[in-house]
Amino acid sequence: MSVAVEELKALTNTTVVDARGTSCPGPILAAKKAVRGVSSGSVMEVLATDSGTLKDLPAWAKKMGHEYLGHYEDSGYLRLFMKMK
Amino acid sequence: MESTKKTIILFSGDFDKVMAAFIIANGAAAMDDEVVMFFTFWGLNAIRKESPVQAPNKTFVQKMFGAMMPRGPKKLGMSKMNFAGMGPKLMQREMKAQNVMSLPELIETAREQGVKFIACTMSMDVMGLSKDELLDDIEYAGVASYLGEADESNVNLFI
Repeated sequence: MSVAVEELKALTNTTVVDARGTSCPGPILAAKKAVRGVSSGSVMEVLATDSGTLKDLPAWAKKMGHEYLGHYEDSGYLRLFMKMK
Repeated sequence: MESTKKTIILFSGDFDKVMAAFIIANGAAAMDDEVVMFFTFWGLNAIRKESPVQAPNKTFVQKMFGAMMPRGPKKLGMSKMNFAGMGPKLMQREMKAQNVMSLPELIETAREQGVKFIACTMSMDVMGLSKDELLDDIEYAGVASYLGEADESNVNLFI
């Protein structure tokens, strides 16, 4: 399921995981590391510059049972959102 | 539920192939898969300690192997464009510029994530590598252990 960009931009209280600058498998390692600190039902936001993350993070979320919400591009990086199981 | 365990045989000691093996291992571990890496022949060099270790009772050939084989991930050559060792240096520089994790970091992260390392004792014997020369706290076993692990896995790679 994917959420409209406007809705993603309106999300507050997300847990931000900054994986900018890292390359594969950096972003999913960062997401994995941060999982413990995020409560169920809340939203994790991953910041990334590696374009492969657009495919990798949804794949990771699907495998782990989190709900991938979508992404949008900020100035020079990606913001990807997941609702944690 | 179907197993999602991954088994990887690392036969090669080529820098690029070892990189690929550890990227896959780390990715799988980050997806909560159990990962077992089985190190055999040249692949053992990836988990060699950097500093020389005194290992008595080696035959002449084993000593020669020990002296000529790379000690650890920083010393591995590439499968292509090695250029007498310049190739890996150039690639490592480029990887750093692109913020790709270095091979030692990937190995360390794999261990932190609980990837199981098994060294093949038969090839250790052939090449004269003692346990002291390899990373600490790994397991040592043979083909039956690997096959046992592989039976329980849903992806098996030979690199």
